[in-house]
Amino acid sequence: MIDPIEPPRRKNPLLRTRLPTSPPRPRSRTSHGFTRAAAEGRFMLQRCEACGAFAYPAREACPACLSAGLAFVDAPRRGTLLAETTARVPSDVYFRERAPWRIGLVRMDCGPTMVAHLHADCAEGAPVLMSFQLDKSGQAVAFARPEGETPNMADDRQWREMTADPKFRRVLVTNGRSVIGQEAAAALKAAGAKTVFVGVAEPWRPFAGEKLLRGQEGIEVVTLDAADEKSAADLAADIGGKVDILVNTTEHVRPGGLLDRRGTSIARDEIDQAYLGFINLAQAFGPAMRMRGADGINNSVAWINILSVYALANWPAFGAYSASQAACLSLSQCLRAELRPGGVKVMNLFTGPVDTEWFQTVPPPKVAPRAVAQAIVSGLRGGLEEMYVGDVAEEIRQRLAANPKALERELDR
Amino acid sequence: MTNSKRTPYDGVVIAAPVTIPYVRYSIESAQWWIGRALSALVAQAGIKASDIDGLCVSSFTMGTDSGIGLTQHFGLCVRWLDTIPLGGASAIAALRKAARAVQAHDADIVACVAGDTNHVDSFRLTLENFSRFNQDAVYPYGAGGANASFALIARNYMRTFGVTREDVGRIAVAQRANALRNPHALMKTPLTIEQYLAARPISDPIHLFDCVMPCAGAEAFLVMRDETAASLGLRAARLLSTIERHNAFADDPMQVRGGWAMDVGELYAMAGVKPDDLDIVQTYDDYPVITMMQFEDLGFCNKGEGAEFVRQHDLTIDGDFPHNTSGGQLSVGQAGAAGAYLGLVEGLRQVLGTAGPTQVKNAKLGLASGFGMINYDRGLASGAAIFAGPSR
Ligand SMILES: [Zn+2]
Repeated sequence: MIDPIEPPRRKNPLLRTRLPTSPPRPRSRTSHGFTRAAAEGRFMLQRCEACGAFAYPAREACPACLSAGLAFVDAPRRGTLLAETTARVPSDVYFRERAPWRIGLVRMDCGPTMVAHLHADCAEGAPVLMSFQLDKSGQAVAFARPEGETPNMADDRQWREMTADPKFRRVLVTNGRSVIGQEAAAALKAAGAKTVFVGVAEPWRPFAGEKLLRGQEGIEVVTLDAADEKSAADLAADIGGKVDILVNTTEHVRPGGLLDRRGTSIARDEIDQAYLGFINLAQAFGPAMRMRGADGINNSVAWINILSVYALANWPAFGAYSASQAACLSLSQCLRAELRPGGVKVMNLFTGPVDTEWFQTVPPPKVAPRAVAQAIVSGLRGGLEEMYVGDVAEEIRQRLAANPKALERELDR
Repeated sequence: MTNSKRTPYDGVVIAAPVTIPYVRYSIESAQWWIGRALSALVAQAGIKASDIDGLCVSSFTMGTDSGIGLTQHFGLCVRWLDTIPLGGASAIAALRKAARAVQAHDADIVACVAGDTNHVDSFRLTLENFSRFNQDAVYPYGAGGANASFALIARNYMRTFGVTREDVGRIAVAQRANALRNPHALMKTPLTIEQYLAARPISDPIHLFDCVMPCAGAEAFLVMRDETAASLGLRAARLLSTIERHNAFADDPMQVRGGWAMDVGELYAMAGVKPDDLDIVQTYDDYPVITMMQFEDLGFCNKGEGAEFVRQHDLTIDGDFPHNTSGGQLSVGQAGAAGAYLGLVEGLRQVLGTAGPTQVKNAKLGLASGFGMINYDRGLASGAAIFAGPSR
């Protein structure tokens, strides 16, 4: 059983900030099948298409029959912990700083034996549930936890290295004028965040939902217009050193594509808000987050973008908007690479049309803003990298994987 | 399919066991250490370098070199060449291959050499680049190479067979006693069982004195036919038997036995001797618990009786079961791939009567074993050889 983590104390400015280091990063190309699984919170192993045997570590041929047909498939998570050890003086710098570190050997019910990081409540001889998690190097690692719930389970020291749990952390939600921003603030606060800063442009101007933010314990309205470089920089100068999680809820939805619009002013506006706003936020808050990736209980851990699933495939009815979202998706991959040395995760949460005024003419199913907020929290708790919220987003994901051309034709309706 | 009967090693002998004394850190390259070993081989055998017509090399730290680069580097013109990357099993594998080469007259004199340097960061670099499975599925867990992997094996073995740290410690303590008689051992102070038990934990249940100290050094020997040795006036040991096995018992969920257990009957049958006949035994001691496993798998006792065997025997030079007489890797140091050679080379000196301060009286018949390559969750390579001195 583990003790709950203590709220972090006020930081002593004279003490050195622990600098981020990465656990070992090199992997074979095939092994990135696990990276994909971890990014989406799935547990996948290679399974032989010829004889059905599961294999691990990643292989190029089946050790039971030498078939090359090894597909990554969702696999049963259950196993038994055969043996454990606590490494006290690892040679790797990342682990040496975090020693003692506990790992074990797990025999999976489906066959393979896996070396795994262990949750503190895992016991030898007892069943465990396996998952793939993204570690601070951004690569997939196996993590074993007890089969049932245990007290303060999410507070496990090694588990917390793999995840971005909002508990005791400070969050910036970038747009408090949107319903998603307001729901996200409330959900993150309820999930144990110490402070949720909520950015609002021209906060003296009243806005709908204002009372959900004002005067709420632990929620602080701050001035932020992400599209304005100076506004982002000013806020970062003020709170940049205490943003552990940044939730980019910038929202600027306008219908229309190319030919039925005149000129570029609407497109320019879309780019200013979504794409350049993203750049402003990244330049203002990214460097400090990268620096503070190993800074104790409330280290910086994650950057979340709320993106339209049409970033993955253009929806002509909202064609220019889709393109601005695609640009943001591309930028998120750049940000992921640049924040990676700090161990800060970049998560993209893809949604279908949300139940807000700009998608008013779009028929259901639409995503409730509260569902987006809940997905933000569960994504952080699971340490995910890709999340699809709602039926539309999930369907687009599957159709894109099955046949991108079919999806493109069918979105043109 | 059953294995066919093997041809004996008639007429194959091993001569000129060479050790280049180890140092903790070296600014020299692996090639430098291998060069010193070749030079010492030539000097000890009283031959010219040009008499060597076969070469077999093992090293972790040669960089981009393999055996072929070394031929030009050292001015050797050979007609038989091999590079063996089998870690702790390299010496037995080299001996086996070289024996068949000289037996078939593919070569007359094969130099088997292993050498490694140890720069301040070379051990970590070796760990990082060990193998694909290690890179993908072990190194990212902070195992830092062998310690955590062996800790898992040791913990399971000790729990399964009721072995205590004190049982395992007897092996390390006896080897330290032996090492105190070896001027080249890096460990120069006595070790008591109390000190062993009080050592700091490295990766439970592995503690400090369960671990070898990485160092730089080289080991070598010559393999030839008996008539070649006679014509050179060289005293040599006869090769009686060998075994080698890789990825044995893959279905065991965790490693409690090595490949030796698969072939041990053949090892003694081919040599025409029994375990009791052996005068000295040199096991591969990267961790003492692995040595205990070898006592079982090499037929000195049954599986699960290793601890009792260790309690019943005195493993020191003057004891009833002289074992790892140089002090072994645990007390001499582990010079990379040369660690595979350490036991065999010391064993050869023993049966040739040239071991000096560590000499066991009347040692005539010896066994040396090898073990290596924790590719993922277990050591994959194992081997052993039995050899006899000229007086037997
Ligand atoms: Zn198969």
